[in-house]
Amino acid sequence: MSTDTDSDTAITAGVARADRVRDRRVRRTLFGCAAITVVTTLAIFAVLVDNGFSYFYGVKLHEAVLGATLDQQVSLTEFVTGTRWAPDHARPSHGILPIVYGTLAITVGSAFVSIPIGTATAIYLSEYASPGVRSKLKPTLEVLAGIPTIVYGFFAISFVTPFFISPAGDLLGYNAGRYNLLAGCIVVGVMTIPMVSSLSEDAMSAVPDDLRNAAYGLGATKFDVSLRVVLPASISGVFASYILAVSRAIGETMAVTLAAGQQAQITGNPFNEIMTMTAYMVSMARGESAVGTVEYQSLFAVGMVLFVMTLTMNLINDWIKRRYREVYQ
Amino acid sequence: MSHASTTAESEDSSTIDTALSTESRDDRSSRPDETVIRSSGLDVYYGEDQALDGIDMEIPARKVTALIGPSGCGKSTFLRSINRMNDLIDVARVDGDLYFRRKNVYDADVDPVALRRKIGMVFQKPNPFPKSIRDNVAYGLRVQGKTDDVDGRIEEALRGAALWDEVEDRLGESGLELSGGQQQRLCIARAIATDPEVILMDEPASALDPVATAKIEDLIEDLAREYTVVIVTHNMQQAARISDKTAVFLTGGNLVEFGDTNEVFSNPENDRVEDYITGKFG
Repeated sequence: MSTDTDSDTAITAGVARADRVRDRRVRRTLFGCAAITVVTTLAIFAVLVDNGFSYFYGVKLHEAVLGATLDQQVSLTEFVTGTRWAPDHARPSHGILPIVYGTLAITVGSAFVSIPIGTATAIYLSEYASPGVRSKLKPTLEVLAGIPTIVYGFFAISFVTPFFISPAGDLLGYNAGRYNLLAGCIVVGVMTIPMVSSLSEDAMSAVPDDLRNAAYGLGATKFDVSLRVVLPASISGVFASYILAVSRAIGETMAVTLAAGQQAQITGNPFNEIMTMTAYMVSMARGESAVGTVEYQSLFAVGMVLFVMTLTMNLINDWIKRRYREVYQ
Repeated sequence: MSHASTTAESEDSSTIDTALSTESRDDRSSRPDETVIRSSGLDVYYGEDQALDGIDMEIPARKVTALIGPSGCGKSTFLRSINRMNDLIDVARVDGDLYFRRKNVYDADVDPVALRRKIGMVFQKPNPFPKSIRDNVAYGLRVQGKTDDVDGRIEEALRGAALWDEVEDRLGESGLELSGGQQQRLCIARAIATDPEVILMDEPASALDPVATAKIEDLIEDLAREYTVVIVTHNMQQAARISDKTAVFLTGGNLVEFGDTNEVFSNPENDRVEDYITGKFG
């Protein structure tokens, strides 16, 4: 905003100019901070693509652009359709499907835990809980969200698997492993409950009381109001919380590495060990493979696939927000 | 009217539903002056603040009863205590008696949900659900399990609310697409779709322009042929135009005058009421 520059000198004094200069500096500094996130994202994407290219073609993308000759190491067809993942094996094999399956199995399985429990918790907090209960339950949920994920992983192998999953497996005639898919689903599910419940509750609390009163005035019960008025009116925020929880489950690393294990296989048996993409990346990054080898470069290819999956979830989230935007008065 | 109130006291053990099931609509129409709602020594507190102080009132069937008074005088609180909407406010507390027909609605065995199914409500700000026009009207039918002939009931309610001609070919559109006055008539249709006995209206026209207000006023007079209407209004001319009975509340939650509207406006007994009525429009 420029000040008036007409005859009155009092309003064109130097103080205002100094303020304006400072204002501009503050704006630039703030923009710089905001730009860091964008630059970081772009840099990560560039590194992933550059290195991921060398997994398939032996040279990095920027080297190829500069004229280096391609040396095909892994075929894209094998990568996306192969069902054996063992890049560091003596007989290497590069089918990513088993670890994509591992990630998707954890994601879907944990959603079966987090979505129903998280939504029910949100409805309880928003519509049923007395202020006293709410003031205790909300901080507790936030503590749950703040526990380091490695603790959840440890919790899975030392508690969930031996005391729940192994006995359940015995009962059903399966031999549950020390690491298993079910334990991974349960701990990741529990871990993401607070994301679902907290964001969904925010969305539900934002529904105007006018709508609740309208329904109560028609003789609706609390259950009717929750399910037929509040939930539909807040559906965009509720879906957004689901997507966020699912994205979190896709990217979840330490808890699943400890809980679900590191054996890449496509299996329908939830008592079996599996490996997610993130668990593979953990083992490869701390393993003995030399930087630059095909098995090491596989890290970037897997990272790329992971990136695309979470990006897709974000795009779906945006689309849902636009499609089901809350329309109140 | 005093006879009706004696009856109300003697049989207060019946539940809301049985109290109503003893009478069909035909019975009701034979006694148009019967008292439907009677309050006796009704006090309402919000925490430490007393919002209503010993209200005694008898509201007759199938008439329009207007509650008027300055802001904060307790008229809306009284309206909301009739269908126990005050229950939804944590700090609200009610003393005294309020009878719906022969049943004290604050008895322990009264289910406020069942009560609100007999007493519909229309609010100050039009508050249609973010759903289609059809689903808005059908909402009460669904929660009350009245699922036979839903389309017929929807049409009847929309006709009753003088909205049918404007929306009959766009029932699938969102209720929020309508104008403010149409939205309020949609809310009235929603309230009458479930066929309540009493309709409570909390300043239903205060958010509307004069043309929409006139339509709502006409509608209220029509509704009183079938329903008992209790309406809170700031607008004294409106009360004079549409109501049969007028109750004047003044600050402190006191009911200072209650009687036939003509009497209250032409010849108020209480000096403060006269000041209030003439001071504003004299």
